[in-house]
Amino acid sequence: MAALLEQLAPSSSVRIGGLTRSFGERVVLDGVDLEIPPGQFVALLGHSGSGKSTLLRAIADLDHGASGSGELLAPERVSVVFQDSRLLPWRRVLDNVVLGARGKDDEGRNPVERGLAALAEVGLAGRERAWPSQLSGGEQQRAALARSLVWEPELLLADEPFGALDALTRIRMHTLLRELWERHRPSVLLVTHDVDEAVVLADRVLVLDGGRFSLDLTIGLDHPRSYRDPRLAEYREQLLSALGVDQDDNHPAKEATA
Amino acid sequence: MTDTVTGAVSGTLAPPAAVPGTPVRRSSAPPGTVVRHRTRRLAPGRRLPYSRLAGPLLLLLVWSLGSVTGVVDPRVLPAPWTVVHTGAHLWVSGTLRTDIATSLWRAAQGFAIGLTVGVVLALVAGLSRTGEALIDGTVQINRSVPTLGLIPLFILWLGIGETFKVAIIAIVVYIPIYLNLYSALAGIDTRYVQLSEVLRLSRWQFIRQVVIPGSLPGFFVGLRLGVTGSWLSLVVLEQINATNGLGYMMFQAQNYGQTDVIVLGLLIYGIFGFVSDSVVRLLERRVLAWRHSLSS
Ligand SMILES: Nc1ncnc2c1ncn2[C@@H]1O[C@H](COP(=O)(O)OP(=O)(O)OP(=O)(O)O)[C@@H](O)[C@H]1O
Ligand SMILES: [Mg+2]
Repeated sequence: MAALLEQLAPSSSVRIGGLTRSFGERVVLDGVDLEIPPGQFVALLGHSGSGKSTLLRAIADLDHGASGSGELLAPERVSVVFQDSRLLPWRRVLDNVVLGARGKDDEGRNPVERGLAALAEVGLAGRERAWPSQLSGGEQQRAALARSLVWEPELLLADEPFGALDALTRIRMHTLLRELWERHRPSVLLVTHDVDEAVVLADRVLVLDGGRFSLDLTIGLDHPRSYRDPRLAEYREQLLSALGVDQDDNHPAKEATA
Repeated sequence: MTDTVTGAVSGTLAPPAAVPGTPVRRSSAPPGTVVRHRTRRLAPGRRLPYSRLAGPLLLLLVWSLGSVTGVVDPRVLPAPWTVVHTGAHLWVSGTLRTDIATSLWRAAQGFAIGLTVGVVLALVAGLSRTGEALIDGTVQINRSVPTLGLIPLFILWLGIGETFKVAIIAIVVYIPIYLNLYSALAGIDTRYVQLSEVLRLSRWQFIRQVVIPGSLPGFFVGLRLGVTGSWLSLVVLEQINATNGLGYMMFQAQNYGQTDVIVLGLLIYGIFGFVSDSVVRLLERRVLAWRHSLSS
């Protein structure tokens, strides 16, 4: 009964309590607590090797190799976007987008109809019959976004989805991702190295350090945000110092500034 | 301006020249002139249709010229038209037709069995741990035994009839097909495995839509090796242990010093090999269209 009520009016999309994950001796996640309300856009920052991908894999139930404990509640429909588009080279774009999708959605659309709509949404209408190798890197990543949309996810997990793209394409992808979020309102957990990406896109930014969150920052600015907005500077500053970057430090995280 | 440039100019864009009027791509640029080289195209250019026939046709031409001018002694290598004439003669009034049919039938049987066995074993070994444990080591051992060395044993077991020939061909064919398909199946990219888990593919969907299409390139490598192997073993088997077939025809001709018949047999083997390889290539191009999308 309680579970049913929870389903009708979920108070949180993701709930994690005391989550630990370790590889051999190495403890990567050391009692992480996290609650993400439905529809919240969360960015996750942290040094390389701090365990961001490990956390994401745990939530996506992909961590067969890791040992650990803790409570973990995630929604039924979860989509994952990887750093590489991970399109199967032997399937055409549309076939990739509808891979694994089955049944009709609430509006009675079959997978192919949903796939076509999703491709149109990410600006790839007309490229349905192309092979993935014929798309540019940015287009491939859009196709990957379309594939995740077909699932109408309640939670979208993205692990540095724009990491391999150039600065301009990345900004365009930010706009697209934000638009898609406005329309579909999934909860989002976006792993990124780019502090600017985090402050421009997210409502809340987490910093993972030493197996726990060292900062949980809410960004209360309206959307759409401009990269030039001076109010972002303060948030950026807080995040950089949480990441251990001093003002005149030439740290890679700062160089990533678009 | 292209008339000053020697060699093939394949691009449509005129290459930028530092000094106006200076022909580009000249090897002896005047000192102090900067000639900007275009990037070298590393991939070979467009393929003309039937261009693979050019080499064999050239060979035929040289052969004909050698025969006409008398450079080639007809006792060593008869002229092409002599061979064709002999072929026509044997076709009409000799045993050539049945010899060809017998040889083709042997190769086809051996190849079909080898293909089936290779694919089935590779699928079982590549898709299940039990299968892998039982099959892979066994095939690896089988592979290190030279198959043609099994001939004496097979003759003792199966007699000198058709069965042992087909069996030998099948073994020669199944090994490369198994090895390549198995390693392609076992080497599936873990990123695609993760993707399939995220997309909640069933095991069957995963195999059919991810593993098998992903292993097709490896399969075709094995298939072409298998096709070549089937002809190779056929030639050996028919020349040592046959009472009919092309190899037997050649063997007999050797006894009577009929060079033209021997050359005819070799030619027919060559044509068989060329045609079957072309068929596999064509099939490969069709099936692996996604790979050729950039190069064609
Ligand atoms: N399968 C694994 N086996 C052993 N160790 C692993 C495994 N996966 C991750 N680790 C270790 O866990 C730690 C955290 O890895 P993780 O990939 O989560 O880092 P990350 O924060 O995503 O880093 P990056 O920003 O570079 O992607 C690393 O030290 C890594 O070596
Ligand atoms: Mg990572």
